[in-house]
Amino acid sequence: MSAAKLNHHAIWTIYLAEMSRMRRTFWQSIATPVITTVLYFIVFGGAIGSRIQHVGGIGYGAFIVPGLIMLTLLTQSVSNASIGIYFPIFTKTIYEILAAPLSALEIVFAYVGAAATKSVVLALIILATATFFTPLHIQHVGWMIAFMLLTAVTFSLFGFIIGIWAQNFEQLAIIPSLVITPLTFLGGAFYSIDMLPQPWRTLNLLNPVVYLVSGFRWSFYGTGEVGVGLSLAFTGMFMAICLTLVWWIFKTGYRLKP
Amino acid sequence: MPPMISVSALRKTYKSGLVALDGIDLEIEKQEIFALLGPNGAGKTSLISIICGTVGIGSGTVRVGGHDITQDYRAARAMIGLVPQEISLDIFATVWNTVAFSRGVFGRRPDPDYIERLLRDLSLWDKRDRRVIELSGGMKRRVMIAKALSHEPEILFLDEPTAGVDVSLRRDMWALVRSLRDKGVTIILTTHYIEEAEEMSDRVGVIANGRILLVEQTAALMRKFGRRKLTLALQHPLAYIPVDLSPWELELEQQGQVLAYAFDANAEDNGIPALLRRMAELGIDFRDLDTSRNSLEDIFVSLVEQTA
Repeated sequence: MSAAKLNHHAIWTIYLAEMSRMRRTFWQSIATPVITTVLYFIVFGGAIGSRIQHVGGIGYGAFIVPGLIMLTLLTQSVSNASIGIYFPIFTKTIYEILAAPLSALEIVFAYVGAAATKSVVLALIILATATFFTPLHIQHVGWMIAFMLLTAVTFSLFGFIIGIWAQNFEQLAIIPSLVITPLTFLGGAFYSIDMLPQPWRTLNLLNPVVYLVSGFRWSFYGTGEVGVGLSLAFTGMFMAICLTLVWWIFKTGYRLKP
Repeated sequence: MPPMISVSALRKTYKSGLVALDGIDLEIEKQEIFALLGPNGAGKTSLISIICGTVGIGSGTVRVGGHDITQDYRAARAMIGLVPQEISLDIFATVWNTVAFSRGVFGRRPDPDYIERLLRDLSLWDKRDRRVIELSGGMKRRVMIAKALSHEPEILFLDEPTAGVDVSLRRDMWALVRSLRDKGVTIILTTHYIEEAEEMSDRVGVIANGRILLVEQTAALMRKFGRRKLTLALQHPLAYIPVDLSPWELELEQQGQVLAYAFDANAEDNGIPALLRRMAELGIDFRDLDTSRNSLEDIFVSLVEQTA
């Protein structure tokens, strides 16, 4: 299929509808992560951080900023995208999308694009909030944005898969709370994984979030626990896995088309 | 002119193992109103869902306006508007937004004038800024129709359009269907009410167990199967049918309290006046009379007997 034949009217329509659905709950969706971030800064940055001082030469308050943003990016991308596609399946309005002259790629573009947009907006809001608490200096702005976008898109794809897989609201909530949040905490959002004793440190290298946080932190401060190339490779690999799963879903019609 | 929809050797088996369609061949002409008539579970919804693209095709081919629904799905689907059986709407969206959304998803440019006309035709104009959640059931169904027509389709599918619909909406719906046909739209509806098929359609396809049993002009089908039954509730029960009444092939029911006479509604002489005169001569009084049409089940029974 050539790009010229893309049904961009339809992509744009779904994208805007998704964004307006998010606007309906805009204040809720902003308030929660902003308040959470402020709490993290008070607790980790202020109370505990004042005793930790420096991690790898960076003030603790500044150190946790990339981790906090990553935490929001990951959880928001997964939950936005999963609800975005689960809702029409749940209300059965998905019939209209399936009957429309749309390719699978266009459906994914629209839903994943909208979810990723929202989580990037939230991430930027948190970044702005963080500047009130700690002085920030971002070394590689271009890379920071690239990591943000890559992570948002990858985990929105992952959320899209979960939204199609989930058969009820419990299943919808279980992956973000049972998988994403723990992996992010363990993945060095609030500490350097170099601080972990063995064998936890080595085990943690299996945690994909380690590579995301490390790469992201590198874009801020120029240092990371693992090389930035490895970080990119890992994110890219996870994205490839998600794309393969999405391709399989549309190929087989899994839970979308009987 | 090639058929608007052509289905050949279509089979569909669901993952559960249920064979929903068992070799369907069907052609629907442009601008006709076609009724797919069959009991629940016959395969009506499966068939139209496959044509519309919401259910995967098993084997066989389906062409819409000459476009293969798998190879050339964009062109095929762009021609179709679908009103599913169940009301499924984003209840938080406004009427206007949800209808405009449908148009956009089908890749059409926004056209506020067209949507205004559509909403006015469906008596939804006053409700355009209301959220779907605030509407009554009948209004929601109108919204479903507006969504299906939002992209100006050439073919409209109505799956059980009058299930749970009140008289005024039913009447409006039929008026709308006829006016759409006059504008050149092809309409396919499913129903399990024979009256509905008779009233609305040009042709009827009877479907059961995933097979098309017959396709016929509606008038011809009614001539063939439109037998009626006269039942007479007698004043005094009869022990047997008098010999004088034997030409009518009557039956006694309910311990001789009811006399039943099956007749051909389309025959020039249905035999009823003569029967009633003869009964009067014999002094057999009745206190009530009723006529009823063959039900869909009767038609299926006779169809199955014919094909067996």
